[in-house]
Formats: sequence, C-alpha cells, structure tokens
Amino acid sequence: MKPFEYERAADAAGAIATLTREAPRAMYLGGGTNLVDLMKLGVAAPELLIDVSHLPHDRIEPLADGGLRIGAAVSNSALAADRTVRARYPMLAQALLAGASGQLRNLATVGGNLLQRTRCSYFTDVSKPCNKREPGSGCPARDGDHRNLAILGHSEACVATHPSDMAVALVAIGSLVHVEGPGGARTIPLPGLHRLPGAAPQRDTVLEPGDLITAVELPPLPLAARSRYRKVRDRASYAFAVTSIAAALELDDDGTVRDSRIAFGGLSHVPWRALAAEEELRGLPATEASFARAADAELAHAQPLRDNGFKVPLARNLLVRTLAELAAEQGARA
Amino acid sequence: MSATVAGGRAIGTPTDRIEGREKVTGAARYAFEHAPENAAYAWIVQSPVAKGEIHSVDGSAALERPGVIAVVSVENAPRLAAVEEAELHVLQSRTISYRGQIVAVVVADSLEAAREAAAHVRVDYREQEHHVLLDEHDPAIYDPGRVNAGYPADSILGDVDAALAQAAAQVDVVYRTPAFHNNAMEPHATVASWDGDELTLYDSNQGASRVRDVIADVFELAPEQVRVISPHVGGAFGSKGTPRPHVVLAALAARMTQRPVKLAVTRQQMFAFTGYRTPTIQRLRLGAGADGRLTAIVHEAIHQSSRLREFTEQTTIATRQMYAAPNRRSTHRLARLDVPTPSWMRAPGETPGMYGLESAIDELAVELGIDPVELRIRNEPELDPERGVPFSSRNLVACLRLGAERFGWEERDPTPAVRRDGRWLVGTGVAASTYPAYRSPATATARANADGTFVVRIAGSDIGTGGRTALTLIAADALERPLERVRVEIGDSALPRAGLAGGSMATASWGTAVTFACRALLEQLQEHDGTVPAEGLEAFADSTDDVRATDQGYSRHAYGAQFAEVRVDADTGEARVSRLLGIFAAGRIINPKTARSQFIGGMTMGISMALLEESVMDREFGDYLNHDLAGYHIAAHADIGALEADWIEEDDAHLNPMGSKGIGEIGIVGTAAAVGNAVHHATGVRVRELPLRLDRLLAST
Repeated sequence: MKPFEYERAADAAGAIATLTREAPRAMYLGGGTNLVDLMKLGVAAPELLIDVSHLPHDRIEPLADGGLRIGAAVSNSALAADRTVRARYPMLAQALLAGASGQLRNLATVGGNLLQRTRCSYFTDVSKPCNKREPGSGCPARDGDHRNLAILGHSEACVATHPSDMAVALVAIGSLVHVEGPGGARTIPLPGLHRLPGAAPQRDTVLEPGDLITAVELPPLPLAARSRYRKVRDRASYAFAVTSIAAALELDDDGTVRDSRIAFGGLSHVPWRALAAEEELRGLPATEASFARAADAELAHAQPLRDNGFKVPLARNLLVRTLAELAAEQGARA
Repeated sequence: MSATVAGGRAIGTPTDRIEGREKVTGAARYAFEHAPENAAYAWIVQSPVAKGEIHSVDGSAALERPGVIAVVSVENAPRLAAVEEAELHVLQSRTISYRGQIVAVVVADSLEAAREAAAHVRVDYREQEHHVLLDEHDPAIYDPGRVNAGYPADSILGDVDAALAQAAAQVDVVYRTPAFHNNAMEPHATVASWDGDELTLYDSNQGASRVRDVIADVFELAPEQVRVISPHVGGAFGSKGTPRPHVVLAALAARMTQRPVKLAVTRQQMFAFTGYRTPTIQRLRLGAGADGRLTAIVHEAIHQSSRLREFTEQTTIATRQMYAAPNRRSTHRLARLDVPTPSWMRAPGETPGMYGLESAIDELAVELGIDPVELRIRNEPELDPERGVPFSSRNLVACLRLGAERFGWEERDPTPAVRRDGRWLVGTGVAASTYPAYRSPATATARANADGTFVVRIAGSDIGTGGRTALTLIAADALERPLERVRVEIGDSALPRAGLAGGSMATASWGTAVTFACRALLEQLQEHDGTVPAEGLEAFADSTDDVRATDQGYSRHAYGAQFAEVRVDADTGEARVSRLLGIFAAGRIINPKTARSQFIGGMTMGISMALLEESVMDREFGDYLNHDLAGYHIAAHADIGALEADWIEEDDAHLNPMGSKGIGEIGIVGTAAAVGNAVHHATGVRVRELPLRLDRLLAST
C-alpha cells in the first residue's frame, strides 16, 4: 500500500492550518469508515491524514432558540440514541439507524457522514474510468451499470448518487452546517453543502481546501416531531438506499396541509430536497391524490437512465405512502 | 454393497461440533494463519483487458521498490505441466482469456510491499474485442456432449413434440438465472514452502488428497513429495473443490524465491478466478392431461464457460428423475465467452435447474387449477422414469404431505394477489428439493491404543459442515465405544487417501471407509482377546471395491419439500421471506444438530439466491463489476424470517453402512422456486428471472 503520514490534530485551528498548507496531499480523517476503504481501494491516496475525530466537537447541545447543535465528531450511534433527537426529529434518528451496521455507526461521525463519497461501482474500481475519480476519463456508468444511480440532476459527466441516509434527514430539516476554514467561520444551510455534478463531478460539495465541518445545527422545527424516514433497499439491512425519503407533515385543523418537509435519498448526486412537492402541497387536503400531485410536481423533471426508470414510480409511491401514514397518525391524534 | 445398516447409539444423537470451542476461541488455525519462518508474501496482478495478448511484462519498476524479491510473469515463469484444469496453467501463455486473469505475481518481504509493488508492474497488451454476454441467439452455442459430473448432455425419450401438441394443458416458459459467486467467509489462501523437492502447502480446500495430486502433476512431482495440510476450512461451497490458480502461484513463487510464500486471494479476486455458477437460460415446456398427469417434460438449458475450459453445469439432470411422464427431453448447450471459468457452487445443476422446473410445475398447477402439492403427488413415478430402475428410497410425497400439514397449506386459497397485511401483499409457495446420493472410494485407518483410546485417520476435510463430528459418531458406533474415546484426524494429505467434501458425498464416502477400518480393528481386537498390546493395534480399509460394487439397479437421491411465505411491499416491490419450512428425506441423519444447520444453511443461501444475489457482468469492460460484499448482496440476518427444517428418517439399505444420504446441498435446491411461486401467489405476477428484485416486482404491484 501507499505509505502515508498520520497526525492527530490538537485543535481545529491547527488542523485547518496544516490542511490548508498541505492540500491537496492532506485529508481530514474522521471515523474513517469510508476514507480508509477508499485508501485500500486506491481511490483516495492522501499522503497525510489529519485525524480530527478527537477534537472537542463531540457534544450535542440544546440551543437557546430551541434548536440543537451537534458536534461534527459525534458518532452516528450517539446521535441516533439522543433522546431529544428521537423525540423531536424522529426522521433523523430513523435515518441514522437505517444506515450501515452497528459497528460502523459506532465509528462514523456526523461530519464524515455528510462527506461520504458515492458507491458507484466505477468510482470504486481504479481499473476503470470515472470522471469523479479522474476528471476527463469518462463515465462508463451512463451506458453501463446504473440501476442504482441518479434520476435527478445528473450530468453527461456523472450519474452518481450520494449514499448518506443521515444527510437526507438533515436536508429535510433544513439544518445549518458550521464550517471553519482558512478564511474564518461560516455556516452553510442544507441543502447547499452538496453540489450537482455538472462538468466537475470530482467536487461533491462547496467546501474549499482547509474547510472543516465543526457542527451541524438543527433549527427548532416543531413539525419535525411528526416525521419519518423510510429506506427502500434490496437487502433488508446493511445496504445503501435504492430510494429513501425523509418527510415531516403538519396539518391544519381542516385537514389541509399547513407545511411539510420532504427530501429524497438515492435519486441524485445530492440529498434531494423536494421543494416543488412541498410548495405544491401547501393548502391542499391531506389526501393520497394531493400527495400524488406533489410527487408528480417533484418528479416531472426526472431523467431516468436505461435501467433506473423504476425509481420514478418508486419515489412517487414512497412519497404518497409516507405522507399518507403521517397524515393518518395526525388524524388519529386530533 | 453393505446389506445391513448399523444401528449404534452415537449416530442420531445431537452432538456439538468437536472443534467448536477451538473455533469460537480463535485457537483453530486457518491456512493463512500459518507462518513459516522467513515467509515472503505474494500479490497477484490481474489483466484489465478481457481478450488479447500480452505483448510484454516489465517488472523492473516493481523490483526497485523496497522489500520486493521477485516479479514472476510469462516472461520468466518456469514451465509447468499442463493439467486438465487449464486455469492452473498459470503464467504459461500470453493469451488473455478474461478480465481479471492472473498475469503476474509480486513477491516481497511484506504483504504491503508486495501489494504496492504490484501497481508498478507494467504489462502491455494487444487488446481484442471481447464477447461476454450470454445470449440464447449466439450462433456459437454448441452441444458439449457431456456435462459436469459426467452426465450426457442430452437425454431424449419418446416424442415430446407430438405429446405437447395433444396435451390438454401446456406451459412453455423461459427462466433465467444470473451468475452467482461463492463467498465463503474464509477467502482462498495458501502458504507454500519447499524443502529441496518436497513441497508443503497449508491450504484452504475441500480435500487434501485431491490438491496434492493435482499440484504434484503441475510440478511433475510424485504425490509423496507434496503434503497438503488443512485442518480447518472456513467455508467452500464447491469453490475449493479443486485447487485454484493461486495454489500453483504460491508454490511457484516459493520455489523461485527459495522462501516460504503466503498468498491470500482477496474478496474482489474471488469474482475472477475462483469459480462461480454460470448464468443459465432455461426453456421449459410441460404438457399434461386435464387430470394433471404429465405427458411431456422438456427442459433445455444454455450456459456459459470460458475460452480456457469447457465446464457445463448439469442444469437439467434433476428433471430426468423428478416426475413421471412418457415423453421427455432434457438438454444442455454451452457458449464459450471471454469470461472467467465457471465451476462448482452448492448443488451445481440442481440449484438453477430445479428453480426452472419447480417454477414451471407451479405454472402448470395454476393453469390446471390443481393444488401444486397435489400436482406433484399425481406425478410421482413408480420407478426412475428414465433409467427404469427402482429408487433405493424416495419420500418426496411424504415430505410434501408432512410439510403441507406443518405449514398450514390446507387452508390456502389459491387465488393470487388477494391477501393483504397492511402494505404487504402476502403469498405462499411450494417447491420440491432433490440431490443425488453419490459415493466415492476412500481409505482409512483405525487404531486402538493401549490406554483404551482410539484414533481414526482419513484425509477428509471439514469445510464447516460438521464433517469431523459426523465421522467421530460413525467411528464410535462402528467401534462400539463411547464418543469420548475416539479421535478422528482429518485435513492432511499424509493421512489415508480420500475424496472431496463435495457432491454431498463426504460423509457417505469417508464414513464407509471409516466403518470398514473400525470393523477390521474390532476383528483384530478379538484375535487379541480384546486386549490391546502396548504398541497398539491398527487396521486399514479401502472402500474402493465396495463402492465399485454399488448395485446400479437402484436410483439413489435425497428429496425434500420447501414451503415459503413471502411478503411483497405493495408500494416498493420489496420482497421478504417471512416463513420458510423445509422437510427433507435424506436417509439416516448422523448428527441432528449439525444436520439442521446444513439444511437451514442451504435454505438461507436459497433465500439469498432468490431475492438478492447476482453477479453483474460489465458489458464494456468484461468483468463482474459488483465484486465485493457491498455490491454482491448476500442475505443479512434481517432478510431471514422464521426458518425451520425437519426431516423424515429413512431406512435405506442400498446406500452405505450408515444408511445416509448427503445433506450439504439439498437445502438450497428448490428454495428459489418456492419463494418465486409465493411471490406469484402474493402479487399475481410471474417473474421468470432471478433475483426477485424490487424493480422487477414494482411494476406488478
């Protein structure tokens, strides 16, 4: 294997300074559940790893406005088990538990989970071309194996999907990503961290060299207490989503939709916030017909490839069923 | 043939795996854990082209890396003798026959150095256009004459065309199965060391004698010059039945570097050169009268093999004995493609073939409006329908009846797509299982020690099945001694020669030799008035004559019936097996505890095959692209619902001294059909291609 140096960061400022100086040969290391695999496969070949998993970003703190601040080094297991998250953002806890395996969730961090790379089989095989891995080398997935790749927002250069479950829930919640970088601290609202592939699929996010995710902030979002995450996958556990949905629904007393939050996983290069569907739903009666109308509004621009057209009806059914279940729960409660 | 079936006390007693404690505490050592002094490590370099010629191999840059000892390729490899398995003629030719073929091996002081240097071996290819997809219209498809296990490719009786034309009910369907890869927990591994012209191999395999013989041939040595040691094997399923090319490479590298060499195959490499189950395309035509009695059975299967070796899966042979019908045709055809060489995978032939046949039988039942259990019972043959000889024992009907009763089949409404449980569509399905009862010659010794203990030696192999424990039970009964006083030694080619743990024949074959050796020892003991002299007593037995004298006037098979309950999500097409029951009839069960594990293990693999597993061929590059356990889905715990296996004890005097049939493979046979038939019952849609993926079911719900 390729030799590399390992450095355990003492503080965020030092880590950022080192990475900014050493980029692109240096990379941050969180839980390592994705990066170390990519290093074994030869997909990633950092010469210097800066371990940020021990930085004091390991707490989940309530905020004055009723929101929640989650340190970037908090493990996926700890976040899924957090009582506040489970009570007030159930779709986030459910999304976390739908991902990977118990062992991986114990290691994986919140920051690292957001920055996971696609599992497209061409990306992970260095003996084949891939524009994301080697810009300009081509995209064999477009005509090759793409059953589980994108139907929304893909480009000639790349049809990859983002693999995270957690990110789908965070995008639905409209979380804020806290970033510190060479230019200081800033926040990036979700969606907004991940980018569509366009002509530069090698860039998964808008982060610049040296940027370090330090926390994710959940806004106080009362309707998130009535939310769920549902993941469709080939294998009943330990498999990436074929399609997933994070959804929250709030009804008015007359049974019409006051507000909703909807995001899809497995459909795009980014965790896909379904803003068109949310917009369509507002004020409509909470019926399956309305939910189907909303799904169609969102999926009207889907561009399925040869072998993944099934994701369009799948996403539609998933949206209709999930919102219908949320509506039924609220009907029962009222 | 032994006319009597022994009736000891150990056989039939549920017994813990003898080496269980060693395994769960980590004390059991597997092949790669052996570390001879001064060992070097080898890393394999594979071809990135699927068809072509090697123009040149330049190892100079790799050799400059720290710790690198050698780069071996067609440019400098010593000549090896050609053997029947062409994959073993490794580094001998410049021709590339498939993507992932071995083109070089790097040997270094450490695994890391070897792996790193492998990336610096420069191989120039003259690439040619490849052809890697199996297609029933391929004009190059041919009749291979014979198929795996020696069966004739074609078997034709009567006039099927006339019978089909006159049949009251007909089914004419095409079923497809994808390529499947064995993924044992322990990947293939070999540690090779030479002492002069003597070669020692720590190796993970299904039979040390076979590996020794083949490797001796490759290196033109006498068998006594090769010793193969494999006390523990972490799964095999057929893929370790014959030595794969890495065994030759390890020995070759060790000889060239004058160092012991350790070579472990990676999970990804297992998708290239350790064998797999061919994809199949099967056309089935059934004709029956209104009473459900079959008048014609046609089963025609197409397979692939590599350019290197003709290997034809025996897909339609089970069809030759399953059901009565006067007119019958079963055939095998083969396409040679630029793909890796297929090989054995749990129940080669029966597994894909019974998926096709048992699905078609279910289609006929629906067509006729006859219950599928009843339809099978109506077509139960009196004699083997093609050989015309009696069955040594056959309890398919009893398995179907007992299974139906246990499963609650009687209340089943045959109407498809009418049962809902919330968002789930629910259905049930049935299929039959079968596997031949083979036997091969073996030798064994049995020794009595003066301290009252006994040692039985045979070059058998325990690939995780409980084979060592079963042999110990057999030996204890044959010696008429308690289990605690008997030790069985296996997993070493220095022990008396024996065949493979394959074809579900290990216990039957080795058990015969062990029984004979133990009986001979008892006779010796009698001659010594029951007193063991200080130096002990030892008896040897060879079952060759007994096996050769097997009465060909019987058809010998195990049978079973599997009942599945499947739930299909109406919104997403996700199919899950909530319940699976298997009832088997496989002679006498030696160790009920490990036998149950074998049955449910096979059934679990069958669920995995039905719903999840598929090796996806990359048309552009020519390899199986989902080559790891993230991409190649094997059932996880969450995929397995209520799983139950039970059996009907058979008393069959025409088998072997134990009266046993093999149980290692029958569990997987028929599972996929039972699941697919249940999916049809749940949804009303017949998916004729595996796996039963959600995208294939989504449109139907």
